[in-house]
This record gives sequence, C-alpha cells and structure tokens, in this order.
Amino acid sequence: MRKYRALLLAVFALALLFSLFISLHPRGFSVYVVTIWSNQGILLALAAIAQFFVILVRGIDLSVGPIVALTNVAASYLVHGTPAATALGALAVIALGVVCGLANGTAVVFAGVQPIVATLASGAIFGGLALLLRPVPGGTIDDALSDMMTYDIHGIPTALVILIAVTAAVTWPLRRTRLGLSMYAVGSAEAAAFLTGTRVAAAKLLAYALGGVFASLAGLYVAMVTETGDAGIAPAYTLNSIAAAVLGGVSLSGGIGSPVGAVVGAFILKTVSSAMFFSGLPPLAQPFFEGLVLAIAIVISALGTVRARSRLAVYER
Amino acid sequence: MTPLVRLRGISKHYGGVPALTDVDLDVYPGEVHAILGENGAGKSTLMKLLAGVVQPSTGHIELNGKPILFASPRAAAAQGLVCMFQELSLIPDLSVAENMLLAHATTRLGFFRRAQLRDAATALARVGAEHVPLEVPVRALSLADRQLTEIAKALMKRPRLLILDEATSALTRERAERVFAVVREMRAEGAAILFISHRFAEVDALADRISVFRNGRHVETFAAGSRSHEEIVALMIGQRLVEFYPPRPLLPAGPGPAPMLSVRGLAWQDDIRGVDLDVRPGEIVGIGGLEGQGQQALMLALFGVLIGVRGEITIAGRRVRKLTPYRAKAPWPGLALVPQDRKSEGLILDLSIIENLRLAALDRAHFSSLANGGAVQRLIERLGLVYRRLDDPVSTLSGGNQQKVVLAKWLLLAPRCLLLVDPTRGIDVGAKSQIYTLLRELAGDGMAILLQSTDQEELVHLCDRVHVFYRGRVNAVLEGAGLASEMLIAACMNLPTTATVTPA
Repeated sequence: MRKYRALLLAVFALALLFSLFISLHPRGFSVYVVTIWSNQGILLALAAIAQFFVILVRGIDLSVGPIVALTNVAASYLVHGTPAATALGALAVIALGVVCGLANGTAVVFAGVQPIVATLASGAIFGGLALLLRPVPGGTIDDALSDMMTYDIHGIPTALVILIAVTAAVTWPLRRTRLGLSMYAVGSAEAAAFLTGTRVAAAKLLAYALGGVFASLAGLYVAMVTETGDAGIAPAYTLNSIAAAVLGGVSLSGGIGSPVGAVVGAFILKTVSSAMFFSGLPPLAQPFFEGLVLAIAIVISALGTVRARSRLAVYER
Repeated sequence: MTPLVRLRGISKHYGGVPALTDVDLDVYPGEVHAILGENGAGKSTLMKLLAGVVQPSTGHIELNGKPILFASPRAAAAQGLVCMFQELSLIPDLSVAENMLLAHATTRLGFFRRAQLRDAATALARVGAEHVPLEVPVRALSLADRQLTEIAKALMKRPRLLILDEATSALTRERAERVFAVVREMRAEGAAILFISHRFAEVDALADRISVFRNGRHVETFAAGSRSHEEIVALMIGQRLVEFYPPRPLLPAGPGPAPMLSVRGLAWQDDIRGVDLDVRPGEIVGIGGLEGQGQQALMLALFGVLIGVRGEITIAGRRVRKLTPYRAKAPWPGLALVPQDRKSEGLILDLSIIENLRLAALDRAHFSSLANGGAVQRLIERLGLVYRRLDDPVSTLSGGNQQKVVLAKWLLLAPRCLLLVDPTRGIDVGAKSQIYTLLRELAGDGMAILLQSTDQEELVHLCDRVHVFYRGRVNAVLEGAGLASEMLIAACMNLPTTATVTPA
C-alpha cells in the first residue's frame, strides 16, 4: 500500500478539488460541465504522460510544449478530408511526435547531452518550426472527428473514455514487460541496470519516443478541441506537465511513478485553475492563488520525508 | 579437459595505468576457483573483463576453446558468464521480484510470465532468503538481504561461470554457509565459480584451486590446501611481512579512567531495546552479533542519524542531547562515524581525494592548515595512503585506500570517540593490517573507539571487549579469556554457553 500512498493522496485531493469546482460552477454538476472539464484536462494529462516517460528515465523534457505546438500545427494541415485522409493525417502527426522524441533521445543517449540542455535546444527548434508553419492560428480540422472526440457518449465525456483507455493501455504493460521494467530500472539506477544486462540505450530511446507520442496526442487533441493550429500554445504545456507529474507522485530523480499519477496530477492542476475562474477572485489575483495551491500540494506530497525514522532516509530517495 | 574459460595474454590498461598485465588463467567446469590478491592486484578488472563490463586492451578470452569477445554484461550473460558484483547491481526502486525478473532471460511477447515469479521465489529460497519479501522495494532491504537477493538473481541466469566478488561480505556466518552450500551444488552440477574473498575461512571452506594476483599479474595457481595461510599471504603481498593484528596493551590495574562514551538505556523503535555500554579512552570496544540485531542502528543513533532515540548518551561526563551528525562532529562531543557503505555514505565519489579529505573539517577554524597540507600530509603518511595525485578523483583509489580516505577525513577533526562500522569490509590484507595498527595507535593516544563488525576474527583479535547484540539488546559482554571465537559465536546465536562469559 505504501507504494500507492502518493497516488492515493493525489486522487483524494483531486476528488476534493472536483467537488469544490462543481460547487462553485454556476451550472453545477452536468454532462456539459464535466465534458468541458474533461476536454481541458486531457490536454495537459497527455502532455504530463509525455513528461512522465522522460522523467522516468531520469530526464526532463523542456520540449513537451513545443512538440504539442508543432504537432497541433501539423494536425491543422493534415487532419481533414476523406475519413482515410483524416486517419492517415492523424497517424502522420503521431509519427512526427515520434521523430521529435527520438531526436531528443538520440541527443541524450548517443551524444551524451544533458536532457535539460538537449530538450531546451530541440524545443526551440520544434517551436520555431511550428511558428514558421503557421505564423497565425488557423487551418482546418475534420469537423465530424472533432465533434466525436469532444462531446460525450451517453453522458460520459469522450475525452475521459479515451484518456482512461490510453492510460490503461500504456500503464498495464509498463511493469509487466522487460522494456517497461527496463525504463524503471534505468531511471532508478543506471549502472546497476547496465550490470544486470538491461538494454540501457534502448530503454531510454523508448522513453523519449513515448514522450514524443504522447506530446503529439496532446497536440492532436488540442486540434480537436480548438479546431485550429496554433504555434503559440507551447508555454502552457512544458512546465505544467512537469508540475503535473510531480503532483502525481512521479519522482524527478527517476525510476518512480506511473502514467496514472501524471494524469491525476494534470487534472488537479486544471481543476484548480478552473475553480479559480468561478471563485469570484479578481482575475489578477488568480495566478497567485493557483501558485499557492500548487505549493501546498507539493509540500503535502513531500511530507513523507518529514516522517522519516532516520535522517539518512531523506537522502536515499 | 578443456577449460570453460581460458585467458591468454590478457592486458588491460585504463588510460596509461595498467590494471592487468599479460594474464593467463584457466577456469575449469566443476571447480571453485578462488582469486586472491590485495586491492589493486587486478581482481576487479579480471571480473569486469569476464562479465563484459570492460574489454581487454590486448590478449584474448576463449570460451570452451573458442575465442570470444563480450561487448556488454548482456552479451556475457547470454553465454552463461554471470557476475555478482560487489557494488550491488540491484535497482533500489524496483521490488525484489521485479529485480529478479529483469535478470530473467525469457519473456512471452515481451511480457513476464507468472511462473517466473515462482522461479524468483525458488532462487531466493535456495540461497536461504525465504524471508525476503518479493514485493518490497530493494531499497528497504538490509545490506545482507540485498546481497542474498543479488546472489539469487545471479542464479536465475543459470550461469556456467558464476563470479562472486566479495559476495557474502555483509552476511553472517550462518547465512554465508547457506550460500556456500549452493555454490557447492553448482560445482557438482558442473558450473565453474570464480570466487573473490578476503576471508581465508571462506576460501578454505570453498576453493578447489587458488590463484594469487599481485600488481595486475597472475602470480601463481595452486590446489587449495597445498599452501599455508602465511605462504599465501606472502604471495599476495610479495616480500613484505605483516604482523596482522597489533598486540593489545596490558590493561592497567585498578578501575581505569572514566568512560569517554557512556550509553544508558538507549532505545529506538523496535531495533534497540535498552542498551548500556561504556567506552574508556584507550579502548577498542567491539560490537558484534548476527545481522540486524540492532548493532547498525546503535552506531547510527550514536552519531545522531536516527530520529526519536531515547536514553542517555554521555561524552566525557557531559550528556549530549539533540544529536545530529553536524553537532556530533563539533569539537564537543567530538564524534566521528566511518559508515558501512564507503561508496555512498563515506565518500563523495565525484570529488577528488583532497576534497574528500577536507570535507568533514570544512567549517573548522584550522581549515587554512588543512589547505596548506601539513596535517593532511602527515595523516596520509601515517595511513600509508597509496595514490598518484591528491587531485585525482577518489573513485580511482582501490577499496582499501578509499577507506583510508574516509578514516583520514574524520581523523583530521581529532575526534574523542571514533565509531566504525565494518571498516575493513571488502578490503585487502595489507590495508586491513594498516588500519588495525592505526586504530590501536589512536586508542593509545587516548581515543575511545567503538567498532561494529561482521568479521569475527577482527572482533576477537583487535578489540579489548566485545558487546554482542541479540534482538536489540546486549546479550553478552566478552573480554579477557572469554573473548574467543567460540564464545563469540555462541553469544551471537544466544546459545546457553554464554553463561560462562562475563554477564552484561
């Protein structure tokens, strides 16, 4: 149970925040409100999963936002037309995410560049590319697909269904397969993983590639929700995806956490800012209170170290 | 018979520094082959070559008569060459089961199978680690349990050649015996075992043949039992003669000086349940016992590492309160702790030798004298530290020399009371002897020394008095004629013969 303590705490916090949000919302609990909430949440949730994979192998990805922006812009060119063209376009967008992720992974694994530097540089390139492709927001997205993805199925928001399915599909094999476990091993203790005969380079590359995939899924979903391509959305995702992962119990020192945690963390962040919107607080004061809530949440999730039996336990994390 | 592994003309150098020079070695299936040598003799490099961690600079390795090159530990393991590394190769954040699965060769469509979990449990049970829970993260295990897990993990790979590098250094005698039984089974099944240990008792118990290495060269290989310990030690160290344990000074008549360190009613969680002990200036007091009886916690408690310690700790007649490592090292009370794991707790491996030496004394007024090197230089000479330049990373030193750096960094503070946890674990005979002599000298200068050790010989021959722990309490205090191996073992295991021993 200890293993899941951070995650349970986060889920509990999310439930509390969600009740608060619903009670503040003028329309209360309704399919419409929950659908909007889900549509907003899934964007950051997918970006947070992207960030999770990179953090898992003891990296950090400052290019998550730029990849979201770049793939969103790509989607605004590619995801429309016949159903086949739309599907192919979506696949091409995901492939673009893989390429971006692998580029990061290659720089880190084979060139030995520190992740924070590598992704800072690559992020600038991806973001710049997005801006060149679409200097002003615009483009077209398949309407039918957009509607399908952003409404609800018998009262359950489609976004939520998709997110749960995707998260489960990626979480389930993570600790049951060699490659999945290898990513945890490499993030936790790279030398030990190497000595164990783990494919260290493959595990890291896979993590970065999965990071690219999920950032591109976020980019695609932004396109579904906004029906435009916008190169300017990058800043909203990079640091928030890191904060979401940390809130969800993902350790920045690598090797600890799960995609579920990242998703819960993302929804906590989104719910806090949505609740702020309806709270009646002056708009200019809202960022301050958002920051305060985030700080408290992070302090609570770090409380485990205060209860340590041994002062050394604090450093063994 | 074809050797399983044959080394021919193997040399390995790191940069310009030779680690192995022109080594020939044959390892046959069905033998336990002990590799002996001081630290820096090239044993670790030899193991790393065979395990695929490093590749030879010149020469070649044959497996069953065919030349082979291991590009990585993965490639070596695929050929059945498995190394149980001294620096444990376990992943701290993964559970015991996950660590074991990671070592397993096969998966079905990439997925692990449930049967493999049973294999993991079986392997653990085989080495006597049934008590290690599969679902607990490795970081929560004791060092001894981690070693057992590491061995079990190596067994899961079904090795043809198993390399054990100080594999049982943290294990108590009975646990080590269980591991040795497994090693003998593997030998009977035709596997070859390369066995590195600094404990002659283990080598005597296991080895069929012994190869001695010195300064990166293979000196000699001979059948176990054909040489005396003295002869083997002479081969290991060359011409130098060692007087292993320094003589104990005769105790002066009378009650002796007042205790420097005095502990009364010390308790912490379930690990320590009311411990009293005294260490007088000039004494080396040993702490023994089976693993996990509270000894490790005692040492950490005395240095202020543990939170919520109850009871009284008195240094030189004054009670200490609210101890933290930072306060513990202050001129008063003047405590120093040489911790169990020198690589993670004793040293900052990325820093240089001189930086590590200065680290503990950084906030002392006499730092300038440290910087000028006077005190440092004297200590280095006293310890016989072997190094190239003080600016080299401390990680380039051999284990024994690293331990000397840990000692020196504390001795610069001139502590009143020195706490040592297994200070000679996994270090070579020469360095061991030097450390023993130094400890005796320090005691002679009036220092109070508390030594917790898993090495029975060390407790019996070096210490003036040994407190034996059992379930969080001092089970027996052995001294004088009562301080003998048999008594110690009996007390460790809480056997009735402890009645003949001075009661606690």
